[in-house]
Amino acid sequence: MIRFEQVSKRYPGGHQALSGLSFTVSRGEMVFLTGHSGAGKSTLLKLIPLLERPTNGQVIVAGINLSQLGQRRIPFLRRRIGMIFQDHRLLHDRTVFDNVALPLVISGLPHREIGKRVRAALDKVGLLARERVYPITLSGGEQQRVGIARAVVTRPPILLADEPTGNLDPALSEEIMRLFEQFNRVGMTTLIASHDLVLINRLQQRHLVLTEGRLVEDRPAGASA
Amino acid sequence: MSSPAAWVADHLRAAIGSLGRLSRTRVASGMTAAVLGISLALPATFLLLLQNIESTTGDWDSGAQISLFIAGGVSEEEYRALATELEQRSQVQRTEVVTPKAALEEFQGISGMEGALELLDENPLPPLIVVVPSAELDAGALDTLTGELGQLEQVDQARLDLEWVQRLHAIMELIRRGVWLVAALLAITVVLVVGNTIRLAIENRREEIVITKLIGATNAFIRRPFLYEGAWYGLGGGLLAVSLVELGRALLYGPARALSELYGTGLLLHGLGASGTFWVLASGIGLGLLGSWLAVGRHLASIEPR
Repeated sequence: MIRFEQVSKRYPGGHQALSGLSFTVSRGEMVFLTGHSGAGKSTLLKLIPLLERPTNGQVIVAGINLSQLGQRRIPFLRRRIGMIFQDHRLLHDRTVFDNVALPLVISGLPHREIGKRVRAALDKVGLLARERVYPITLSGGEQQRVGIARAVVTRPPILLADEPTGNLDPALSEEIMRLFEQFNRVGMTTLIASHDLVLINRLQQRHLVLTEGRLVEDRPAGASA
Repeated sequence: MSSPAAWVADHLRAAIGSLGRLSRTRVASGMTAAVLGISLALPATFLLLLQNIESTTGDWDSGAQISLFIAGGVSEEEYRALATELEQRSQVQRTEVVTPKAALEEFQGISGMEGALELLDENPLPPLIVVVPSAELDAGALDTLTGELGQLEQVDQARLDLEWVQRLHAIMELIRRGVWLVAALLAITVVLVVGNTIRLAIENRREEIVITKLIGATNAFIRRPFLYEGAWYGLGGGLLAVSLVELGRALLYGPARALSELYGTGLLLHGLGASGTFWVLASGIGLGLLGSWLAVGRHLASIEPR
């Protein structure tokens, strides 16, 4: 589903974020990405929806070589990837419902269908009762769940999360991770960057370790530290 | 886009959404629309005035007269015969003979120079035939006719009393150019005002644009509400301009009617009418769209998620 071949990324100014990275994530797999801050986790994730382009090497997503994907096709790639951010990236002047509905509106879904799908997604993250409120009135964990609902509402084949539990306490973090496991179980290929090693070890999923932009360890699912 | 229905729904959503946003900042958007309204009302007023003047002076062409000053030594019988002969021509509607005596009496009546005229030994005024050409003749044919009559043996000089109308038309042409020039400048003003307003709107919604791009919005989707916003500004400005013009006309209507009665002309101050209203609104919307298009083209591309 996601394949990196000798991928390097050097930012203008000379910072080498990734060097010679190669790995494959199969369809339906759940993979954690760990490493210290600045190890290149965020950069790696940004290459998949083409928020950045690699300096060298190839990224292949769902059979599409991204180096050959034109600028005008990028929106359609992003619609097939659900993205979750540490800072949620919600629109604060719109209700929870409208935030979650946005990807469907962008895809041009009929109005009735939108309502159904948004409520299904909100139900899954346990926020159905809060659809009329504004995100600012929600707690951090709830806002993150709105972000997750927005990412999964289009039922994308790929789910990416960058430090989704960064600001949450351990109990809430585990709750969020269990949510990702549920989505993974229904077939979404899931890639999560996190430095919450304790939690990751407990979840027993495949686990890639980055150090200074290099892949130093690829621990298969089921193996504990 | 999936289907025509979805496309229409998208446009409706963008149109209504941007209208909603404008109505939330009612005072600011009202002021922008007012600037546009005044900028559109000025050229509309000038053009309307021009049109009114043209429609009033249009029928003055038919009031043309050719004055034939008869050469010295032509007897009264001879020029009366000429007048009768000229009346037979198809280009001539009627003629009128003014004898030197009648002309002198008329002159004395209006000039208040009875004393001065009495000092003259003889009547210095030549006999005059006033030719009223038929109404179908245009300016060119009138010129030709005047030339022909001037060639007649008995005629010393033929003068077409149309020159001042021609001069008026020349002046009007000059004014028309000037009005279009002003209109062009004000149109640029409208484009710049809308462009700048939309630029600010884009800046204010930078975060929203980044997020919608992140989740797969096409540039067309992001552009659409801003284009509608520009069109709404244009429509608002256009409606305001139409109201201002009509208000101005209502205020001038009384004096204008008094004037037209005094001069016995037709109704002065025609309004914009349906087609005028259409053009004001269409130019408002068109210029608003153009302004927002320029702003969107310049500023949206630079906003990319990182």
